[in-house]
Amino acid sequence: MTQTRIQPRPRTPQSDADASTISGGGPTTAMRVIVPLQGVVQGRGGLVLGSVIPCALFYLLQFYLKRRHRPGPTPTTPPPTLPEAAEGSPPPVHRVQTRSTISPRGSNGQAHVSYRANSIAKQIDTPYYIGLKKASVDPYDEENNPDGFFQLGLAENLLCVDLVQDWIVANAKNSIVGGDLSISGIATYQPSDGLMELKVAVAGFMSRVMERSASFIPSQMILTAGAASAIEMLSFCLADAGNAFLVPSPYSPEDIKWRTGVEIIPVPCRSTDGFSLSITALDRAFTQAKKRGLKVCGIIISNPSNPVGNLLNRETLYSLLDFATENNIHIISNEILAGYSCESEEFVSLVEIIDSEDFDRNRVHIVYGLSKDLSLIGVGMGVIYSFNENVLSASKKLTRFASISAPTQHLLISMLSDTNFVDKFIKTNRERLHRICSEFVVGLKRLGIECVKSNAGFYCWADMRWLICSYSEKGERKLWDKLLNVAKVNVTPGSSCHCIEPGWFRCCFTMLTEKDIPVVMERIAKVSEVCKSHS
Amino acid sequence: MTQTSPLRDPEDETRRPVSPTGGRTGMRLIVPLQGVVQGRGGLILGSLIPCALFYFLQFYLKRHRSPPPPASPSSSNLPELARTSSRSNLTSRGSMGQARVSSRASSIAKPNDSPYYIGLDRASEDAYDELENPNGVIQLGLSENRLSLDLIEQWLSRNLNGSILGGGGGGFEYEWNRDAMAGFMSQIMGRAVSLNPSQLVLTSGATPAIEILCFCLAADPGHAFLIPTPYYPGFDRDVRWRTGVELIPVHCRSSDNFTLSITALDQAYNQVRKRGQKVRGLLLSNPSNPVGSILTRETLYNLLDFARDKNIHIISDEIFAGSIYGSEEFVSMAEILDSEDVDRNRVHIVYGLSKDLSLPGFRVGAIYSWNEHVLTASKQLTRFCSISAPTQRLLIPMLSDTRFTQEYIETNRKRIQSMYDLFVAGLEQLGIKCVKSSGGLYCWADMRELIRPYNEKGELDLWDKLLNIAKINVTPGSACHCIEPGWFRCCFTTLSKKDIPLVIERIRKVVETCNLPLKMPTSGGFQS
Repeated sequence: MTQTRIQPRPRTPQSDADASTISGGGPTTAMRVIVPLQGVVQGRGGLVLGSVIPCALFYLLQFYLKRRHRPGPTPTTPPPTLPEAAEGSPPPVHRVQTRSTISPRGSNGQAHVSYRANSIAKQIDTPYYIGLKKASVDPYDEENNPDGFFQLGLAENLLCVDLVQDWIVANAKNSIVGGDLSISGIATYQPSDGLMELKVAVAGFMSRVMERSASFIPSQMILTAGAASAIEMLSFCLADAGNAFLVPSPYSPEDIKWRTGVEIIPVPCRSTDGFSLSITALDRAFTQAKKRGLKVCGIIISNPSNPVGNLLNRETLYSLLDFATENNIHIISNEILAGYSCESEEFVSLVEIIDSEDFDRNRVHIVYGLSKDLSLIGVGMGVIYSFNENVLSASKKLTRFASISAPTQHLLISMLSDTNFVDKFIKTNRERLHRICSEFVVGLKRLGIECVKSNAGFYCWADMRWLICSYSEKGERKLWDKLLNVAKVNVTPGSSCHCIEPGWFRCCFTMLTEKDIPVVMERIAKVSEVCKSHS
Repeated sequence: MTQTSPLRDPEDETRRPVSPTGGRTGMRLIVPLQGVVQGRGGLILGSLIPCALFYFLQFYLKRHRSPPPPASPSSSNLPELARTSSRSNLTSRGSMGQARVSSRASSIAKPNDSPYYIGLDRASEDAYDELENPNGVIQLGLSENRLSLDLIEQWLSRNLNGSILGGGGGGFEYEWNRDAMAGFMSQIMGRAVSLNPSQLVLTSGATPAIEILCFCLAADPGHAFLIPTPYYPGFDRDVRWRTGVELIPVHCRSSDNFTLSITALDQAYNQVRKRGQKVRGLLLSNPSNPVGSILTRETLYNLLDFARDKNIHIISDEIFAGSIYGSEEFVSMAEILDSEDVDRNRVHIVYGLSKDLSLPGFRVGAIYSWNEHVLTASKQLTRFCSISAPTQRLLIPMLSDTRFTQEYIETNRKRIQSMYDLFVAGLEQLGIKCVKSSGGLYCWADMRELIRPYNEKGELDLWDKLLNIAKINVTPGSACHCIEPGWFRCCFTTLSKKDIPLVIERIRKVVETCNLPLKMPTSGGFQS
């Protein structure tokens, strides 16, 4: 934008020639001026306004461009300076003379960590993580630490650890270095997306656990170090930073937003519907997100659902697929708890639906893991099962950041191929789970605490709405605090699971033994009586 | 952007009078583009020009949006809707759409075009085996150490039993392993220094360790790290793919023996600043990969000063710290920070067991940092790359067995040294010299005399010949972002001693075909 300031004055031949070179036709007597904003810049204030207005316009344009270029969180909150820096004086420079040629401007500056790192570090202060930490530092033990914490916040299954450990003690050595396997098979570089033998074994195990016609093709499988990284990888592949996923709430408090930069739009499910997912709510959330200018790339469901424990039935799965096709979005189905359904209701995998009818398979991605189904705590193996070639090849390359160690892979190959063991494990695990589940739910019922009827998972979703003093998130937080610090029981409050109704709590019972249950109930009773007397 | 035309000479003044005193008779007009829109064509131009400007603005904005993801390859076969009628109430608008993956995923999913990965794939598909595949490709591109695997195997067969793996439990593996790892690292790099286990975060390999650090240190995409070239080709993936951090090469040259100079760093830093980017840190590998040189104490001090001066972080990748041979001593950043009271918050060390303990299959890496915030955030992020419990249970006794580790480190060093001597001597017979290196599992070979033309294309031609005629996979300097053509990284630790004559023989074939009269001037500093 060039601004030529021309002041009309009696023509000289020179100025005429000048004008004609620019406009193509020289005016003779009165100038014809057709200029935007002419009225404004004319007159006395002309010089000032004439330069201020273009400047302002340009400034706004620059401002606009700048804002568009900074995706994600704008650094409105500057990274907090480190605590040590705030307290003490800057570290004294004990350097020899020759080295102290440091310019003064730099020497006081603190090395800042990124905005992302700060927000991740802050997560530790949410109730979910506080509770987990407290209960893991000082765990209950009947003999050694009877005043310790009960861990009902961690979705891990200790019911059949004895079976797994017995197997490992008996077979580990052979499966890792035994047989024809040499040291170079476990020590050297292996394909980062998992050994083919393990994929075959996992595919077999998955079909067995899911019990039904669903079959899994090993070449469509990517193995990662844990289901958390599997979900993170998928969301990285399906959405760019700033794009969004619809997630029915309440959902598991673990977070995919940290590194991927994707947004999560909760689709609230309510207690009046038994926390089941409605397509209407999905549709509404989708439209709202679109109005806000967010691009929705997919839905993340967990089936069985994570805090509530209900299963998605066949009809809902069909409607979900229709919804996804209609809006051209992906579905990530987290089926990590598939092995924990009761006999009364059947678990239907999305793969089964896809197999039975001709849907667009490219948009369906399954996440699975062994840590829950096989109570292999700490083994951390996740599975991405996808029909989409692009997703498979991108996530295969991304597994360099989350690959499973070779000894563990060999251990798993022989464990999963041992069909006797697998059958025994699945059967025993289911029996023990049912027993402890019914005992726990009955125990809570005696205290007047009802649970949503859950068909799967290893937790129950307990309704403590009548125990919270103010029906709000604050009241819920207070009750959680009492349970943690007075009763010494760590449960996960609904607000951590993004539940919109206050007063719901997730209690995982698979870290308990049967004789722990009366103790837990007694402890909860203490708190509930105090709450009742107050209200 | 206003253009004021200063009064330079009288002629200029008469043509374009700017001063307000000039307007005596006519209207005073101070209008942008007045000259253009004046006159007969005024109406047309007056509306055309803003339109054109607007068009360009829109065009600009459009180009700066993220590129649209390419259509998925299977777009030809549209989904057929063979559904029962009750379900086929789909709107027609959606049913045709293909599910698209994100643009960042499709850029990752693209096939490899770097010679580094092409060579690695070729060599692993058609691997040389003395008996079964004598015409296979010999792998000199993967920095993996197979010289001392027998020691590991012995240890495992002596000590591994079911109770190690099955017993314990309770989730304490991580803490125990961290203590064991800190002990092992101190043994390798600390000397007088002992590393504090609480400053250590374990990850599943050094690759995620580097990625996590990049996430923690660089906030927004567009932030940059300085990195001395030539560098390890994998950094392009580790650093760039998911974090969006840029790598700014700081070129080191053969005339300086590929050593890092602070002047070059400073220059690169200022250039980046001028371009409006923000430098957040410096990524070093010490011993350097691919050259194999060691940063001296003096250089480390200078680097620390530089980092403090510019207020940036230093990531020091010391994954080869234990694979040192020769007379030069290795100095870890940890040692320097321990001895002097410098600003420790900005230094982060990456380590792993893949090279020094020859256990890349175990996927064990570590971040050692003095910065509380980085430690907290990284620990949270290890949820995505945790080491599995059985592996940790296996490692705890192995790393705690200091007699074994001591013996292993010493034997391993000796074996690398003798392999290095053999390999370099073999290359020398062919007239190929190597930069004198003191660490790592590779040598940096000067084949400038063999390439024609003297540019990247000539280098890739030679690489291609080596791969396809000689069946040897080496890493060309261009894959390591080396600014001078004609350098190659050869990893010799995947070989056994009896393979060396064969490798040299195979290279000789290619060298003879490249028999060029042209002699490159060689600079000093190479091993004679």
